[in-house]
This record gives sequence, structure tokens and C-alpha cells, in this order.
Amino acid sequence: MIVANRKSLEEILNMLKPYKKVLLLGCNECVTVCAAGGEREVGVLASELKLSRAKDGQEIEIKEQTLERQCDHEYIDQVRPFVGDYEVILSIACGAGIQYVGEKYRTKIVLPGVNTTFLGVTLEQGVWSERCQGCGECVLHMTGGVCPIARCAKSLLNGPCGGSSNGKCEVDKDLDCGWQLIIDRLKELNQLDRYEEIIPVKDWTTSRDGGPRKRLREDLRL
Amino acid sequence: MKTKSNIERILESGGFVVTSECGPPRGADPEVIRKKGNLLKGVVDAVNVTDNQTSVVRMSSFSSCIILKEMGFDPILQMVCRDRNRIAIQSDILGAGALGINNILCLSGDHQKFGDHPKAKNVFDIDSIQLINTVKILRDDGKFLGGEEVKGKPVLFIGAAENPFADPFEIRAARLGKKVKAGCEFIQTQCIYNMEKFTKWMEMVRDRGLHERCAILAGVTPFKSVGMAKYMKNSVPGMDVPDGMIERMKGVAKEKQSEEGIKICVETIQKLREIPGVRGIHIMAIEWEEKVAEIAQSAGLLPRPQV
Amino acid sequence: MRLNYPTNVKIVKVPCTGRVDILLILHAFESGVDGVYLAGCLEGECHFLRGNLRAKKRVQYAKKLLDEVGLGGARLEMYNMSSAQGQRFAEVAREMTEKIKALGPSPVKNRVRGVQDSRGQVK
Ligand code: SF4
Ligand code: SF4
Repeated sequence: MIVANRKSLEEILNMLKPYKKVLLLGCNECVTVCAAGGEREVGVLASELKLSRAKDGQEIEIKEQTLERQCDHEYIDQVRPFVGDYEVILSIACGAGIQYVGEKYRTKIVLPGVNTTFLGVTLEQGVWSERCQGCGECVLHMTGGVCPIARCAKSLLNGPCGGSSNGKCEVDKDLDCGWQLIIDRLKELNQLDRYEEIIPVKDWTTSRDGGPRKRLREDLRL
Repeated sequence: MKTKSNIERILESGGFVVTSECGPPRGADPEVIRKKGNLLKGVVDAVNVTDNQTSVVRMSSFSSCIILKEMGFDPILQMVCRDRNRIAIQSDILGAGALGINNILCLSGDHQKFGDHPKAKNVFDIDSIQLINTVKILRDDGKFLGGEEVKGKPVLFIGAAENPFADPFEIRAARLGKKVKAGCEFIQTQCIYNMEKFTKWMEMVRDRGLHERCAILAGVTPFKSVGMAKYMKNSVPGMDVPDGMIERMKGVAKEKQSEEGIKICVETIQKLREIPGVRGIHIMAIEWEEKVAEIAQSAGLLPRPQV
Repeated sequence: MRLNYPTNVKIVKVPCTGRVDILLILHAFESGVDGVYLAGCLEGECHFLRGNLRAKKRVQYAKKLLDEVGLGGARLEMYNMSSAQGQRFAEVAREMTEKIKALGPSPVKNRVRGVQDSRGQVK
């Protein structure tokens, strides 16, 4: 899933300073699972905003709405009947959702209520961890199913560096060394011989470096 | 001989190599380099110049190399992958070739988190093993990574660093094997304090026959004090300082500690020279360059062969 | 056993403090209360195993939110007591009342628009 993090109330209040009527939009997908922008978080943020404005004797009217997805236009269309009643949209979907809402309502200012951080997994209730950077050319079959791009702090394709110590990364004693994980897994899979192969220089055109990416499936198009 | 490198020349003649390093200043004053250089005159065969070591901004390795070259040294250009992509890297290698720099040391580079610009974006377009291979392709095949032909090949002796003490230990020799396969001709190791572990690593290296295809220069760093020893043990990633060393430093009076540090260093060098496959010593006297001559002298490494 | 506790304390019954979520607490403040406290079972004696421990963590989190909002986390507390400790219940009610009195009335009293009252009507 895409993992995001709620911005601080202070930052959100600052962005909202000029506005009294706010449409607060959550999303039912990834940000719900990572507890950053689902229906509950919409409720909590709305309540925080109301309390804090009330404390300062200022008005705010908030319409709470959580869409099935903010990355598909048919769901974004659902707020069309009343979007005009609000001065501003505060979205707590991922960065893609926030932008897409803006693309659909071009004269509305759409503010981000979360910081979108990574593609990851739920380690346990309340703990999420990064797994993939969407590099566009997956090498997991060569690295024991552990991503060197996302899980090594230096994205080394031929790690580990000299800073790997007791399974931890030089960057942080609490962070697993991605290359230790790769080697452990290669061993478990009986593929340690793979480690002897040099992984060649990567073609980054499939990644962000090649410019914004787009994917097309002709057979699916209408 | 492939290159004009002093290290290569001495190795080819069967000699034992001595290198040291010079950390560029945090400013534009060339005198700092010259002063450090003067302390190493006649003591070493080549001098490493660090590349924004520990991710702290310093005068570039490239320009410091040129200053040392003017003084008659054979500098080793250290290059990290943290700050440059393949375009900048290849361009710098061509420049090094043009200005008569004969050696390059290929490194991944410390993460910027601990430096003076932790908010920087890092590059890591290629890694150290790929960097080794890049230099080799430029030099031997006369090709850029993009496939185009190089007009005027850069002729550099290719080195890399290796940490025998980092984890996972079992793949450390395999990783060196990858470096050798990529084109690495000499290795400078992390500072050696744990002789037992290093000996084991060298066994693994010899088992793979790597010592015959690549010269191993063993790294040493003298302790200035027990405080420094403890710091190295606890705070420097990938450093292995056995408790016995700390105890030994603790065992002498404060004003004698630096002397003891030098003594340990000299003894270490003597032991290292006995290990089959060790072809030289790399003395890293961190901000203590004035002691390199004394260490080399006491360890019987002087005089250096004339070039 | 009849015990006296301050009449300003309004009790909201829940099957377990584990049922109390952050939104419920925040909505109480929106409706104008001066303070909220949870009276949960003793730690280790939750009928639902960890309900009161969850509540404790949520209270800690909600305290942070209240600090950010500017109401102050001190207006929210969690207490643990067994159902047999009537005395303790009354004591806590008095203690919390004193504490909230010292803090003064909630700065948002009757100021939040669009709050639902107990009959579900919007004020
Ligand atoms: S190799 Fe690329 S696509 Fe595969 S997991 Fe890593 S970042 Fe994602
Ligand atoms: S310690 Fe491991 S994860 Fe960290 S940068 Fe080095 S190889 Fe990558």
C-alpha cells in the first residue's frame, strides 16, 4: 500500500488560515489501512480543527467526506453537487489522490493534509515499513526477493557496504541492513551462488529519472 | 605495466607498498594540503586523498590531488558514488587521466546522514563495484558506459576499499571477488585491530586466489588515546576494536597513551607483514600525519624505493 | 451503598473502556464538556483482555491531540478501579472535578458549530 503520515495540526491550521468553509476529503484505500486518511482520520481531523478554531473564537465549517478512492474520477465526481459550497478542499488521500481531486475541480484550491511517504507493508498493528520504490525494472528475482533499491540506504545493487554491522545499517542502529536481509534470504533459498554475480549498472529510465511515467493497456481502453 | 602508477611499479617489482592518506581542508587554502604533504615526503609511495569523507564538505579530492601531484607525489584519487551520477563520474575520470593522476580508489561513500549536510539528496546511480568496472571499461575497452568510444583513454590504476570486519563476514571474501572480477587491482582495507579476524579473512581471500589477482594493502590507524580507541569501537560503523586493545591503552598513563598507540600500530604492521598475501600497508593517521614517518621508520618500512 | 460524588460528573456507560475511541472523546469536548475521564477496570483484569490497556494508549494519544488543539491534555485522564471499589469511584470523581475546576472552563464551550446534542439534534 501507499503509506502516508498526517501533517501536524499546526501546519494544517496555517494552510487553512484564510478559509472558513472546508471540504475535508478522505480515501477508503491505502491511507485508510495505514490510518492516515480514512473515515476515522477525517473525523478526528475535523474535530481537532473545530476545537482549535473554537478555542480561538473563529468559525469553521467542515464537510466530512470519505471517497472510495481519490485516484479514480468516478469517485471524485461524487462531491460535484456540493463542492461549490466550500472555499477549499483539504485532502488526506495520498499525493496522487490529492492532485487528482485538483485536476477535476480546477478552480478549487486543494491542500494536502498528509505527507505521502512510501510503498510498504503493515509489519504489525500500527507499524508500517517501506518495501519498494517503484523503480520500474524489478530485480527481486536476483536478490532473494528483497529489494536493494528500497531497503539499502544507498540503493547498492552489489552490497553490502563496509558499514553493515550485526545485521544493521550504518545509517541507523535500528534499521536492518538490506543486504544482510538479501544474503540471509539467498541462503534460505539455497541461492547464495547468485551473490557471486555482479549486477550491472541499472537502467534508471524506467524510474523517476526517465521523467513522469505513464502506462497504457490498449485492450482495456474504451 | 598498464599505468604510470607508483604502486603498480613497486608491486610489479615484487616490492612492499606503503601508502597513507591526506584529508583535504574545510576551506580553499592549498597550504593545508602542502603542509600535510611535506610530512609524508619520502615516507610513502602514494597518497590517498579522501572525497568529502564522512559526508562533510571539504576541498575536492580532485584539486587536492593536483596540489600533491605538483609536489611530486603520486596521488590516489578517492571517488565516492554518493555525490555524482555516471555522467559526472566518467567526466572526472577523464579529467584525472588528462592531469596525470595515476590511481583511483572506488568507494560507495558514507551515507550523508552523519555529515554536515544531512538534508542533501544522495545519488548512488552506480555502486562501488560498478564504479570499478566503469574505470576499467574506460581504460581497457576505451568505451563509455553508454557504449560510445572514448577518444584518449584515461590510464588509471584501479583500487577499492574493503572492510574485512563488516557483516555478514562469510560473504566478505566473495564481495572482494566481485571487486576483482570488476577490475580492481589493489585493495586498501579498513583499519585492522582484530588480527585474528583479519587472518581468517586473508585465508578466505587466499582460498579464492584473490591475493594473486589483486594486491592487498592492509590498513592501520594509530590510537591517539584510549578515548579515541573507545570512539572507534563504539561509534564508527564497521570498525572492530577488540576489548584487549582498549585494556592495553587503559593500562598506561594518560601522557604515555599516544606513545602506546604508536607502539601498537608498529607491532600490528610487523604482524601484518608476516601474513601471506599482504602486499603493502596503508597508514591512516587521522589528523596525525606527523606520525606517519615515525611509524614507517619504526616498522622498518623506510627508505622507500626510488622512482 | 450510596456514595456521594459531584453532580457535575455525567456518566456515559460503555461495556469496556476499550470501546472508547478518540473520536468519542473529541466529540465530548466539541459538545462543551470541561474534562473527560475514563474509569476502566484494573490493569490485568479486563474482561476483554486488553480493552483497558488500549484505552490507556488512546488516552495518551488523545492528550497529545488536545495539547495540539490548545485545550490541554490535562483535561483528559484515565483511571483504573474495580467495580467493587465504590469509594474509589467517588474519590476519583472528586479528584478529577477539583483538577478541572482548577483548569477553568473549556475555552471552546458552546463555540463549536454543528455539534450534535444527546438527542441527535444539531445545535
Ligand atoms: S527492484 Fe524496483 S520494482 Fe522491484 S521492489 Fe525494488 S524498487 Fe520495487
Ligand atoms: S549498511 Fe547495508 S543497508 Fe546500510 S547502506 Fe550499507 S549495505 Fe546498504
